[in-house]
Amino acid sequence: MSFDIENYLTDQAKNNVILFYKGNIDSDVINHVLDTVEDKMVKADEQPKLRKKVYNVLVESLQNLYHHVDKVPDDFEDQTSEKFGLLIVQKVDNGYKIITGNFVHADNIEKLDEKIKRINRSSHEEIKELYKFILNHQRISAKGGGGLGLVDIARKTGNRLEYTFKKYNGKYSFFYLNILVDERE
Amino acid sequence: MEPIIIEGTPKTPTVKFDATDGVFEIKGRSIPENSVEFYKPLVDWLESYKETPLNKTVVNIRLEYFNTSSSKCILDVFKKLEAIHKAKNEVEVNWYYEEDDEDMLEAGEDYESIIRVPFKMIEIVE
Repeated sequence: MSFDIENYLTDQAKNNVILFYKGNIDSDVINHVLDTVEDKMVKADEQPKLRKKVYNVLVESLQNLYHHVDKVPDDFEDQTSEKFGLLIVQKVDNGYKIITGNFVHADNIEKLDEKIKRINRSSHEEIKELYKFILNHQRISAKGGGGLGLVDIARKTGNRLEYTFKKYNGKYSFFYLNILVDERE
Repeated sequence: MEPIIIEGTPKTPTVKFDATDGVFEIKGRSIPENSVEFYKPLVDWLESYKETPLNKTVVNIRLEYFNTSSSKCILDVFKKLEAIHKAKNEVEVNWYYEEDDEDMLEAGEDYESIIRVPFKMIEIVE
């Protein structure tokens, strides 16, 4: 293995991790993660507004993994997970950080990179318009995604999408998406 | 027409479509991985209802959460309603959102700007 995919995560999120998951992302896992995080936010007495945003962003980030991850490289330790993903949810000062990780085949990097760059250089109004345009013009893909997940995350959080690709080998990179959901006026 | 009555689950909404009173409702959470599978029967039902609709149809949308893949399916539901409205029948959408849930209000406004059917935004105050 060329690098440890968990190192980046543990560097990014050292304290107050309320959930860590590594493995196959299926429907049951998604349900379990949503229930667990919702429960913890209720117990922590978070404002409904923040709770809803975190919940929405979690749904989209998990279902992005569910619909879009590429298969794992042949030499990767976990060959049984059809949809391998990593997830960390961390409590931070004004909200929560949600970090996801998944393999992306080299052929798909440019497209994903372009998509995020386009979102990140858009104003909030432009993101709203982009969302409406995709909603109204793009059909649901064969993979089951609507192509709206990342746009929705950017719109709901109002924050730039932080991300990085770490080269795994010649054919694969590992993609980390680092989303901040915070309370704002 | 047989009504559609579906009990809600943690990931799919409660649905009541009844052609006898013309009051339709979608309520709860709509966050399934495969939303097309859930919504297709509703869209098909509306396609049939469109043939002989009541003079007035009221649609209550009271969602707590919905994912982006549901958002496209909900648009398909609205497009059927738009066709009914276009054929000179009264159609009204009541879009409910919880107090302070600006995201849900904005989502309703998105649909209102795309679909030519009168929308009413209704804040639920606890």
